[in-house]
Amino acid sequence: MSAHKEFILTLEGVTKSFDGFKAINDLNFYMDTGELRVVIGPNGAGKSTMLDLITGRTAPDVGKVEFGKDTDLTELNEYEINRLGIGRKFQTPSVYVDSTVFENIWLSLEGSRSLWSCLFSRITSEQRDRIQEVMKTIGLVDKADTKAGLLSHGQKQWLEIGMLLAQNPKLLLVDEPAAGMTDEETHKTGELLMSLEGKHSIVVIEHDMTFVRQIARKVTVLHQGHVLCEGTVDQVQNDERVIEVYLGRKKKA
Amino acid sequence: MKSPFPKRELCFIAVIAALVLVVVPCLNAFVPSTSALHVSTFTMSVYGKYLTYAVLAMGVNLLWGYTGILSLGQCLFFSLGGYCLGMNLMLMIGKLGQYKADIPDFMVFLEFPKRFPETGGLPPHWIPFKHFWFAALMVVVVPAVVAYIFGWLAFRSRIKGVYFSILSQALTYAATLMFFRNDFTFGGNNGLTDFKFILGFDVNHPATKRTLYVASGVLLLLVYLFCRWLNTTKFGLIQRAIRDSENRVLFSGYATAHFKLFVFVVAGVIAALGGALFVPQVGIINPSEMAPDKSLEAVVWCAVGGRQSLIGPILGAISINSLKSYATHAFAEQWPYILGLLFIFVTLFMPKGIVGIPEQFRELKARLNRKPKDETTTAPVPVEPAKPKVS
Repeated sequence: MSAHKEFILTLEGVTKSFDGFKAINDLNFYMDTGELRVVIGPNGAGKSTMLDLITGRTAPDVGKVEFGKDTDLTELNEYEINRLGIGRKFQTPSVYVDSTVFENIWLSLEGSRSLWSCLFSRITSEQRDRIQEVMKTIGLVDKADTKAGLLSHGQKQWLEIGMLLAQNPKLLLVDEPAAGMTDEETHKTGELLMSLEGKHSIVVIEHDMTFVRQIARKVTVLHQGHVLCEGTVDQVQNDERVIEVYLGRKKKA
Repeated sequence: MKSPFPKRELCFIAVIAALVLVVVPCLNAFVPSTSALHVSTFTMSVYGKYLTYAVLAMGVNLLWGYTGILSLGQCLFFSLGGYCLGMNLMLMIGKLGQYKADIPDFMVFLEFPKRFPETGGLPPHWIPFKHFWFAALMVVVVPAVVAYIFGWLAFRSRIKGVYFSILSQALTYAATLMFFRNDFTFGGNNGLTDFKFILGFDVNHPATKRTLYVASGVLLLLVYLFCRWLNTTKFGLIQRAIRDSENRVLFSGYATAHFKLFVFVVAGVIAALGGALFVPQVGIINPSEMAPDKSLEAVVWCAVGGRQSLIGPILGAISINSLKSYATHAFAEQWPYILGLLFIFVTLFMPKGIVGIPEQFRELKARLNRKPKDETTTAPVPVEPAKPKVS
């Protein structure tokens, strides 16, 4: 599979083991710019480890992790990778509970991250407008001055997505955004993610098949750290191997 | 954004500052000692010492309360600041020591003239401390460098939480052992003491004591204003964000290690400035000041006063130390137990410390008013999806 096309994300021959256990095993994963890709797989399939490898939390034992044409991500650390335009949402909502929604987004806004600028720069009116815009997108305008710790679980998840949007990333990595949400919140989250398709490239890791069906164009199934198959939701759901390892247990009769 | 200094807070600070910085020194200087309002020089000096402790506590709080880094070694920096100034004070004794020698007594006693014959017994690194300005500079530089090196190694290796606490405690313990050694040239277990002059003034003269007391108050005020300002900046927000969710900050493109290192160095310098004013008022600095239990006490002051607030550590430092000086007279043996129980009590029942008491009362009141309703509504039970059995 030579890269005849320009991928935004390329993982090739990646292996990562922890104490002899291969969390990722010869993984090949390619993503087009602007694509919304859903990654599914049973527990322990290596989904979160894959995100760790992309965002610099861990380095692969062997293999290639590249962003865009030729930026090698394996040599960079978390904040350097983020500055390239890769934003990550964690599985459990990670927001700054003691700060307001406004402040949470302000800290995430793209721009200088240097220590001195944080000490001496003041917020500009463009930044305010941008924060307002992000709050509108995630539907939390009326919560601007509410401390993030007081938000509901679903609102925290949206706030974290908003914090990613504020960074204006090229690539968004979203780990189980619907976990712990009500059906209505899940649906809203799906709409939010779909509205971002095209503007950003998005990888969504998810368990909830209703949610996957709502948002997915192309699904990648991971199993034991390896890509089992790729395709549309229907193709994937009808694949024998997938039914065996994953969907078979969950598929409604 | 809120304005950095609300008027009410400004008034409050002004009143307290006037009380501490003007009224107390005046009561000492101008009210005759027969009057009930007179503040003795001794009492004033004791409170001067508490003010330097409050400075130390503010540094601990900047780290612990606002950045989530629990350092159990802040007294190392406090003592380093104290030692740096103490070295100058030792050299200012001149020939007035017990041995009537050019060098401090302990150097004569430990036969330094044999060890350092070419300087008449004075270890070479002591020489520049003859100049007050150099000593004052070192009060800042030495702790900053130590904090930078330790912090750089620790934060770069992602040492966090309890591991960082243990390491910081080990660092201060190692330093204590080193300073206990006579050949480390800082006076061994006796430390530095018997000071006579500071900048040419008699350290025991009431006017000098008063000046030192006022200087401690001014330092505390400046540190307070600095921390207050820091809180209003984006940096302050990031500090708290690191405390609440460091990964989120790191994965948002901030080099959290640099921010933590900066705060650690600043807190070290704050502690050292407190230590430098502590030494001339107390008249002695020895390795027991940097022992791990002293640093633990500073943490207790913060917890009792209320971390995550700026006033809390000041209240905690002054009230606990007042209590300590009373208790160590009245029932010396029991004091460590009292302190320990106090810490446990505060941690369990007053998580926000003294400053959190009004809020706790409000919450209690609100809960009592609400109670009848609460019992009718049942809390939502999280529904765990039933896992299909694998046959």
